[in-house]
Amino acid sequence: MRNRTLLTILALCAAGSLLVALLVGSVPLSAAQVLDSLFVQTQGIVHDIVWQLRLPRALAAFVCGALLASSGVLLQVLLRNPLADPYVLGISGGAALGALGAMLIGATLAVMNMAAFGGALAAMAIVFALSFRSGDWNPHRLLLTGVVLSSGFAALISLILAVAPQAQLKGMLFWLMGDLSDAGASGTAWLLLVLLLAVFTWLAATLDALTLGSMKARALGVAVTPMQAALYVGAAAATVAAVLLGGSIGFVGMMAPHALRLLGVHAHRVLLPAAALGGGIFVVLADVLARTLWAPQQLPVGVFTALIGVPVLLVLLSRRA
Amino acid sequence: MLRATALGFSAGSRTLCRALDFAAAAGELWAVLGCNGSGKTTLLHALAGLARPAAGAVEFDGRAVDDYPRREFARGVGMLLQREEQEYWGTLEDYVRVGRFPHAQPPFGEDAGGEEAVARALAAFDLQSCAQQSFATLSGGERQRARLAQLWAQDARVLLLDEPLQHLDLRHQLQTMQLIRAATRAGRAAVVVLHDLTYAAHCDRVLMLHGDGGHAQGAAAEMLEPARLEALYGCRLAVCGSGSTAHVMPVI
Repeated sequence: MRNRTLLTILALCAAGSLLVALLVGSVPLSAAQVLDSLFVQTQGIVHDIVWQLRLPRALAAFVCGALLASSGVLLQVLLRNPLADPYVLGISGGAALGALGAMLIGATLAVMNMAAFGGALAAMAIVFALSFRSGDWNPHRLLLTGVVLSSGFAALISLILAVAPQAQLKGMLFWLMGDLSDAGASGTAWLLLVLLLAVFTWLAATLDALTLGSMKARALGVAVTPMQAALYVGAAAATVAAVLLGGSIGFVGMMAPHALRLLGVHAHRVLLPAAALGGGIFVVLADVLARTLWAPQQLPVGVFTALIGVPVLLVLLSRRA
Repeated sequence: MLRATALGFSAGSRTLCRALDFAAAAGELWAVLGCNGSGKTTLLHALAGLARPAAGAVEFDGRAVDDYPRREFARGVGMLLQREEQEYWGTLEDYVRVGRFPHAQPPFGEDAGGEEAVARALAAFDLQSCAQQSFATLSGGERQRARLAQLWAQDARVLLLDEPLQHLDLRHQLQTMQLIRAATRAGRAAVVVLHDLTYAAHCDRVLMLHGDGGHAQGAAAEMLEPARLEALYGCRLAVCGSGSTAHVMPVI
């Protein structure tokens, strides 16, 4: 009952955060105007602001946060390390290298997205090939491979930033910090999110058993290796989808699962959907700040996820201590 | 119930055990004895299907271990590991509940007798008072009892226990051995790695692993002879008392 209450509260907060994202902006709208344009077919400027600007961006922000938080939950089980976040496996590094490389040669947005996707896939393939040998998956080797690869990507990204013309630097930095101002349609990401939540909530008991380590999980009847492969693919797909929409938005993937654990949520059938909702709410609200606080200038959302997330997590940690 | 045929395993280049035939039948309580590194844990892992032995085969109810879907096997054979790789983030009760995994049905882990089994297991190991405590804050002995309770919640027909008495105080050592004994009386089979020969004397049968490929097995009374034990452990021993009240101590 307590778990159901938590999920209900989070779902209501999610709806509330999306409503706030529709209300707040350079043109302030009233709740009546927003609801009217949402549910009663109208034309005009309010309709355009809601349907073409704010709603797509709010939905992109939400799905980004939800995917990153889900990916964080899955990776923390896979790597059995509480510090794991979606970026630890080098996937976002690969995507960033692709995206920045494309920006450097002046490619269009579509090409840049394809390059980011290619970079992420290449990083996934390298990590997979180096860590998965003859059916044995060692989380320590997986983590270490990801960390080493990330360092390599970071060096190449620094190189690109060093040689890039001044005019392109801002766009590159925004991409690296996480920015939703260029976020496109998020339909595919939403589809992926629903699929991931369905599959892994269905497998929640298996995730609970896997947190005890692979040997114990096997003794309890978990088919460990296929499950680890599924976790890796699920987490990687969620990260790629999120990074393609919003760049490297930091801190959500690690924070959302931990904040919930510190609040006493451990069973994955609750933790996973709760983390997805929490991550979504968090990024939507951070993005509202990012686009209004310095208006008309838009700031990268990643700055706000960290600025809000760090004190929240520190308070939770100190309360726990 | 659980049968190993011509089992052989090694550690690195060292052959630990050669051509071992072993069977644990319903109602039997086995003690596995041997020095450190003699292959007791490796044997239990092979019996639990957690590691493939270098030679031989393991069957449960007449069917090869590898042929079982893992969940179905875990409903039949449960294993208490000697050590766990991982800290657990949840409460003690959550931890014990994970033992119900083989019985949980997707999509949401429905498990008809689950809560009752968890409550019974917590009560059996005196853990009700700290059931809601975070697992990370438990003492070594409480954690060991939590692991045992998790295995009890798993409700398997064969219990493989690797040093179940480690970290336990005297009362809980006795209580644990009594619970294992009660489980075998109720028709389960148990294979227990022990270092305490006083408790080994209360088992039905004893398997000795010499760590050099050699092994011996038989009824507890016949196996726990001072000469055999001295050969097994490589030290001089003194026996006080006799029969089930015998105590074996090293001569200092």
